[in-house]
Amino acid sequence: MSALIEIRGVSKAYTRGRQRIEVLHRIDLDIERGDFLALMGPSGSGKTTLLNMIAGIDTPSAGSVTVGGRRIDTLSATELARWRAAHVGFIFQFYNLLPMLTAQKNVELPLLLTRLDAAQRRRNARIALELVGLGDRVGHRPGELSGGQQQRVAIARAIVSDPTLLVCDEPTGDLDRQSAEEVLALLQRLNREHGKTMIMVTHDPRAAEYARRILHLDKGSLVEAGAPA
Amino acid sequence: MGLRRKKARTLLTLLSVAMAFALFGLLDAVRVAFTAPQNLAGIDRLVVSSRFSIIQPLPLAHLARMRAVPGVRRIAWANWFGGIYQDPKNFFPTIAVSPQPFLEVHPEIVLPAAERQAFVTTRTGAIVGAALAQRFGWRPGDRIPLQATIFPNKDGSIVWTLELVGIFHAAQPELRGMEQQLFFNYAYFDEAREFGQGTVGWYIVQVDDPAQVDRVAQAIDRLFANSSDETKSQSERDFQLSFAKQIGDIGLIVTAIMGAVFFALILLTGNTMAQAIRDRTPELAVLKTIGFTRPLILSIVLAESMLLLMLGGAAGLALARLSLPVLNAASGGQFDLPMMPRTWWTGLGLALVIGLAVGLPPALRAMRLRIVDALSGR
Ligand SMILES: Nc1ncnc2c1ncn2[C@@H]1O[C@H](COP(=O)(O)OP(=O)(O)O)[C@@H](O)[C@H]1O
Ligand SMILES: [Mg+2]
Repeated sequence: MSALIEIRGVSKAYTRGRQRIEVLHRIDLDIERGDFLALMGPSGSGKTTLLNMIAGIDTPSAGSVTVGGRRIDTLSATELARWRAAHVGFIFQFYNLLPMLTAQKNVELPLLLTRLDAAQRRRNARIALELVGLGDRVGHRPGELSGGQQQRVAIARAIVSDPTLLVCDEPTGDLDRQSAEEVLALLQRLNREHGKTMIMVTHDPRAAEYARRILHLDKGSLVEAGAPA
Repeated sequence: MGLRRKKARTLLTLLSVAMAFALFGLLDAVRVAFTAPQNLAGIDRLVVSSRFSIIQPLPLAHLARMRAVPGVRRIAWANWFGGIYQDPKNFFPTIAVSPQPFLEVHPEIVLPAAERQAFVTTRTGAIVGAALAQRFGWRPGDRIPLQATIFPNKDGSIVWTLELVGIFHAAQPELRGMEQQLFFNYAYFDEAREFGQGTVGWYIVQVDDPAQVDRVAQAIDRLFANSSDETKSQSERDFQLSFAKQIGDIGLIVTAIMGAVFFALILLTGNTMAQAIRDRTPELAVLKTIGFTRPLILSIVLAESMLLLMLGGAAGLALARLSLPVLNAASGGQFDLPMMPRTWWTGLGLALVIGLAVGLPPALRAMRLRIVDALSGR
C-alpha cells in the first residue's frame, strides 16, 4: 500500500539575479496516513520550504508531490486552493487569527468554503473549540486571549473542516514552556485519538519528542534519525 | 472587517465620500433645473409673435386665418400683464391667457377638473402654480390684487383684483419652474383694459405632427408676409434650445466641478483602500492559505471598496435631498430645485463605478499575493 504523502526528487531553487540558490536537493520522502512527523534542522535548512510543498502553498522546481494518490505539484492556483480547503489544516508560529473576529468566527472561516449552512457552521466551530478546551472562550477576540489560547483557537480552525493532514510550522515557537506543552499534548491527542496525520516543523528537540518520527533537514537534504527514545 | 479596523480613517473617508456625493446631488439638481427646457414638453408647439418685436402686439383676427393652415390643431393666445403683488420685490410672471385652449395646448399644466372648469368659466379667474401659492399662502377663493405696470383698468384704477380659482402642478418635477407663474383670463383682461383691445402678445400654436412644426411655422409666416402685422413663428423647442444654449455653460461648469471633486475623491479613497489592504496582507494571506480562491479574494476586496463608496454615496445623496428644501426656502422661492430619480441613479451608479475603480488595484494586488512571501513577511 502506498503512503499518504509521496515526495519524489523534490528540489526547490531560488534565483537572485544571476545567482541560483538551491534550498532543497532532490528530497524523497513518504509519510504514512496517521503519522506524526517532526521536521527538525537548523534555521535556513529548508524546513518551512518543504512543509509548504506538502501543504500545497508552494510548488517544487523539480520532482513530484503526491497526496492521497493525487499529484498536487501540477495543479493550478485555483485547484490548489480548493485542494487545500478540503485536505489541509494550517497551524502557524504566530497563530495568524483575524484580529477583528471572535474565536468562534475565526474557527468558522474555513467552513465558509463548504456547503454547510450558518447553523451547521456555528455548531461545528463550537465542537472544535470544545475539543481544544476553549468552549468558554467562543466570544473572545484574539487580543483577549493568551498566546497558548490563541494557538488553540488556531488548532480548532485547522481541524474544523476535518482535513486529511495538519501542517504546523513552529507551533510552539512563540509560546512559554507551559503553554507549549499544552499545545503539543493537544496535537499529540489529535494524532493518537483522532488519527490526524501531522507534519510539524520545529527546531526544539523537546517539541519533537511528541512526534512518532523525527527527520532532520540539513542544508536542504534529509537525514533520518529514527523514532524518539 | 478591514474597514472596521481603522475606524477613524474609515469614518473620515466615508465622510469625504458623503460630502462629494452631497455636492453632486446639489449640483445635479441645479443642472436639471437649468436644462429642463430640453424636456419633451412643447415639441409640438409653435410660438407666433410679431416679426418686429415681442412687445409689438398681433391682432386677434389672425386667429381665424391661422386655423385654416393645414397641420394646425389648436391655438391659444396670451398677453404679458406685468402685474405687481404688494411689492415689486415679489416679482413673478403674470400672464393673461385664453383659458380653455391654453390648458389644452399645455398638457404639462396639471389642474383638477373642477378648478379647470372654474378657470374657463370665471371672468376674473386666475390660476397659480403650487410653488407660488405656497410662497404667498394662497388658497382657491382668495382675491389677489395686482398693480398694473402697463395696463390700467378702464375704470381708471390700476389695481386689478383677480379671483384665485385653481392651483396647478407641473406634470414632471423638472418643469417645476413654471409653478412660479400666474395665469388669468384673457377675456377679462381684454375687455377691461384701457387700450389695445383685440390684440394679443403671442399665439401658441399646437400642430398635429411634431415633425411638421417647421413647415407649419413657415406657412403661418407666409400667410401674413407683407401685411401690417407680419409674424415670426418659432418652434417652442427652438426657442428653448437657444435658451438652453445660453445657459449651456452651467452644465459645463457643473461637470467641471464634479470632475475635480471626483478626481480628488478617487485619489483619497484609492489611498485609503490601498492602505487598508496593505495593513491586511497577513490576513489575506491566511485566507488564501486556508483555501480562499483568487477570484474570491478579488471579490472580497472589491466588495469592501464598493460598500464604502455606496454607503458614503447614499448618505451624501440623502443629505442633498434633505438640504434641497432648505436651500429652496432660503432662496425665498426664487429656486425650486428638484431632486430627480435620475440624480439618485446617476449618483449611485457613479459610486459603484468609483468603488470598482478604486478597489480594483488593491484587489488585484491581493489576488496575486504569493502566500509564501506574504506569510514570511517578504
Ligand atoms: N522566496 C525566497 N527567495 C529567496 N530565498 C528564499 C525564499 N524563501 C526561502 N528562501 C531561502 O531558503 C532557505 C530555506 O528557508 P526556510 O525553508 O524558510 O528555512 P527554515 O524554515 O528551515 O528556517 C533560506 O536560506 C531562505 O533564505
Ligand atoms: Mg521556517
